[in-house]
Amino acid sequence: MATIIEMPKLSDTMTEGTLVRWLKNPGDEIEVGMEIAEIETDKATMSMEAFDDGILHEIYVQAGEKAPLGGKLALLLEDGEEPPALDKEISSGSIPVTAMEEEESTESAAATSAVGSLPEPVSGGARVKASPLARKIAAERGVNLTQIQGTGPGGRIVKRDVENAPVAGASLVAAPPSAVAAIRPTIGANDERIPLTGMRTIIAERLLASKTQIPHFYLNIDVNAAPLLAFRQQINQASEKSDNANKYTINDFILKAVVQSAVAVPDVNASFDVDAIIRFASVNVSVAVAVDEGLVTPVIRDAQDKSLLEISRSVKDLAARARAKKLAPDEFAGGTLTVSNLGAYGIDSFDAIINPPQAFIIAISSIRKTPVVDANDQIVIGQRMAIGMSCDHRVIDGAVGAQYLAEFRRLIENPALMLL
Amino acid sequence: MAYDLIVIGGGPAGYVGAIRAAQLGKKVACVEMDRAGGTCLNWGCIPTKSLLKNAEIYHLLKHQADQYGLKVEGLSYDWDKVIGRSRSVADRLAGGIEFLFKKNGVDYIRGEATLESPGKVAVTDSAGAKTVHETTDILVATGCVSRPFPDFPFNGKTVIGSKEAMVLAEQPKEIVIIGAGAIGIEFAYFFNAFGSKVTVVEMMPHILPVEDDEVSKTLEKSFKKQGINILTNTKVTGTKDSGSGVEIIVEGKEKQMLKADTALIAIGVAPVLPGGMELKADRGYLVTDDTYQTSAKGIYAAGDIIGPPWLAHVASWEAIQCVEGLYAGGTPKKVDVFPGCTYCHPQVASVGLTEEAAKENGIAYKVGKFPFQASGKAQAVGDSEGFVKLLFGEKHGEVIGAHIIGPDATEMIAELGLAITLEATKDDLEATIHAHPTLAEAVHEATGQAYGHAIHIPN
Repeated sequence: MATIIEMPKLSDTMTEGTLVRWLKNPGDEIEVGMEIAEIETDKATMSMEAFDDGILHEIYVQAGEKAPLGGKLALLLEDGEEPPALDKEISSGSIPVTAMEEEESTESAAATSAVGSLPEPVSGGARVKASPLARKIAAERGVNLTQIQGTGPGGRIVKRDVENAPVAGASLVAAPPSAVAAIRPTIGANDERIPLTGMRTIIAERLLASKTQIPHFYLNIDVNAAPLLAFRQQINQASEKSDNANKYTINDFILKAVVQSAVAVPDVNASFDVDAIIRFASVNVSVAVAVDEGLVTPVIRDAQDKSLLEISRSVKDLAARARAKKLAPDEFAGGTLTVSNLGAYGIDSFDAIINPPQAFIIAISSIRKTPVVDANDQIVIGQRMAIGMSCDHRVIDGAVGAQYLAEFRRLIENPALMLL
Repeated sequence: MAYDLIVIGGGPAGYVGAIRAAQLGKKVACVEMDRAGGTCLNWGCIPTKSLLKNAEIYHLLKHQADQYGLKVEGLSYDWDKVIGRSRSVADRLAGGIEFLFKKNGVDYIRGEATLESPGKVAVTDSAGAKTVHETTDILVATGCVSRPFPDFPFNGKTVIGSKEAMVLAEQPKEIVIIGAGAIGIEFAYFFNAFGSKVTVVEMMPHILPVEDDEVSKTLEKSFKKQGINILTNTKVTGTKDSGSGVEIIVEGKEKQMLKADTALIAIGVAPVLPGGMELKADRGYLVTDDTYQTSAKGIYAAGDIIGPPWLAHVASWEAIQCVEGLYAGGTPKKVDVFPGCTYCHPQVASVGLTEEAAKENGIAYKVGKFPFQASGKAQAVGDSEGFVKLLFGEKHGEVIGAHIIGPDATEMIAELGLAITLEATKDDLEATIHAHPTLAEAVHEATGQAYGHAIHIPN
C-alpha cells in the first residue's frame, strides 16, 4: 500500500528539517534500511533511512527546502501499484501550512515565504511555471521561484513577479528574515532622522543576514602578549637602522599569526555554499578599517605568501586609501577571513559578527597588564590580550576552532616562529 | 426581457466581446447600425488585403514575369472585378459573423443605439421605430471613422477616406495621399501597382513613423524604386477641390502644388460615440479604468473608441479582457505589447520597442539583424528585399523588440510576439530549431548575429 515518507525527528530539539539532498530518485526501488535522503537538522546533517519497501513514486520536498516535523516528504508505492486517488490532495497539502498563512497578502508574496508553507508548484515534479527571463533574474538575485505567485499568462511567473519578490540570503537556504515586520523607533521633535548611506545599507543587510542565517558560536582565549611586545621592540629597533625601515605594529604580527594559523589549520579557510563547503586555496585577509561613515574591510590577497614586512606595508597602504576613499571595488572582494582589532580603543574583550560568506572572524582586544599566576605559582604582573573567534558552525566545529586558536597562541607567544 | 450585456457595435471589439460573454453563459445582445464586422471586416483590414493581393499579383506579372521565366502577353485588368472580389470577400465574412451570433445565442439587433441610462439602451431601427432594451451591463464598442482634413471635406469622389478608396468606381490617374501611416502606405502600394501616379505626403521625417527608423528608410527606398513619389518632412498648407480634381499646396524642402484626380486623406481616425448619456472622454475617446469601465457604472468600453492603438486585434483582445473580467472572475489587463502590420510590398511588421524607443527610455540593448538577401528561401522565391531586426535586453538577452520588413513579414511576427509575452531570451530563440528552408530562419540567424553566432552572414 502507498506510504507517505515523513520528516523524521532526528534530534531532541528538532522542529523542522532541511532536505539537503535526495539519494534516491522517483522510480527507484527502496528497501528497508536504505539511505534515501540527507536531512539537516538544527544539530547536524544526517541520513534518513527507509522504514518500508517500495518504489519511490513522487517527491514533494525538493533539495534545499524545509519541512516541519512529520511533514510529508515523498510517496512510496508498492511495485505496480497505482497512486491513490487522493495523491493530488496529498501532494498539494503535503506540507502542513503553518500559522504564517493566516491572511492573504495582497502586496507581495512575502507572506508565503514562511518556513514550511510551500506554494502549489512544488508538489509533483516541482515544475515551476516561470518565464526564461524570470528564471535568469531569479538566479541572479537569489530569489526562490517556488515561493512566488506568478501573475503572467496562466499563473506563470514573469519578470515583474521576481522583481517584486523578497530576496533570500544569497547562498543560504534559511527563510528570509523579512517575514517579521521591522520594529521602528519613536521619533521625537528633536530627534534626527539620518537616511542610510549606501555603506550603512550594506552593513545592515550583510550583518543582519550573517546574524540570522549563520549559526555562530564563540571561542575565547587570553594570550600572553609579553613575548610579542618584547619581540616587536627588538625588531623595530633593528628595522629603524636598516635601509628599508618599517615600523611594525602589534596588528602586523597578529595578521601574520592569523594567516599562518589558517595555513596550519586549512579547514577554517572555507565558506558554506548551499550544498557544499568551499575550501579556499589562498588565505585572503579582510581587515576591518573604521572610516568616517562606517566600516570597510579591504583585503590582503594571497597573504600566505607574504612576509611580515609585506603584510605590514599592505595594511598601511589599504588603511590609508580606505580612509581617503581611494580603494577599488575589487580590493574589498574575495576575503576568506576577517580580523577586527579594537585593541587601540582599550576594549578588554569582545566577539565579532562573521563577515559573510566567510566562516570565521577574529576579534582582537587591547593588551592589558593583569595579575597572572606564573610557572612557579607566583602572582606576577603579566601582559594579556583577549582573542575572540566567532565561527560558522556549518563549516567549523568546536574542535577545529580550538585547534586554530592553539596554533595562533603558539605563534603569538613564540613570535620568532612567525619569521620562519 | 433583460439582458446581462448589451454590446453596442458589431466590429472586432463588439462581436468578439458579445460572443465571449455568451460563451460564459450570459444573455447577450449586439446592436449594429450598419453590418456586423465593423470597419475591419467591411471597410478595413479584410477588403484591403483582398485588393492588395490583386495588386501584388498584377505588379509581379507586369514587372517580374520575365525574372520567373514567364511570358505574359496582353496583360490587363478589370477594375470592377478587382473591387468586386474585395467586396464579395467582405460580404461572405459579414454573413459568417451573423452565423456565429446565432450559434452562440447572441441576439443581433439592427439599428442605432442610444445610451438612455445605465441599464437602458434604446435602439432606433431603419424604419425609425424605437425600442428600449434593459440590461445589467453595457459594452460600448462603437469604433472610429476616417478623420477629415481641416477645410477639405470628404465628397466621396475627389476627396476621400479609406472607405471610399476601396470602392472607387474609376481608377484615379493621379492620386495624392496625405498621411503615410499604415493605411496611406497600403493604398499607395495598391494604386501604384495598378499604374496610378501616386504621391505620398507625410509631416514626419519618415513614412510609417511609428516603425523602427531603419525599416521606414528601407521601405521608402523600395517605394521610390517602385515609382511612388514620397514627400516626407512635408506639410499640406493649402487645399482646393474643384469637383473634378484637387490642388494641394505642400511645403517641405520646397513649396509646390500637387494636382491630382483624387486626394486620399489618411491622417488618422475620429471616434464615433453613441448618442444619449455623456461619458467622460479624452480628446473624444472614452476614458476607462483598469476594468474597462467608463465614467458611468455598468457601462464599459473597448476597441478603437477608447483610443490608440487603433488595431482590430487590439480591439478584440480588449473586449475579451473586459468581458472575462466581468463574467469569468479574472483581472483584466490593459494592452501593453501588440504587433503592428502593414501589408504593402515589401511587408512591414513589428512588435515591442523600436531602437529609438529603447534609446529614449534608456534601456540597454543589443541588436541582431539578418538580411533576406542571405536567406535561401527568400532567394528561391525571388523576394529577398528587407531584413529581420531584433532587439534584446543587454543584461539578460530577453526579446524587447522585433522589426521585420520583407516577404511574409506579417506572418513571421507572431513568433516574436509569443517570445515577448513569454519573456523568452535569445537562448530560447537560438535553442529553437527553425525549419529549413523558411523565411523564419532569418529570426534564428538575426538572434545569432546579435551574439556573434550567425552562420550565413558576418557577425
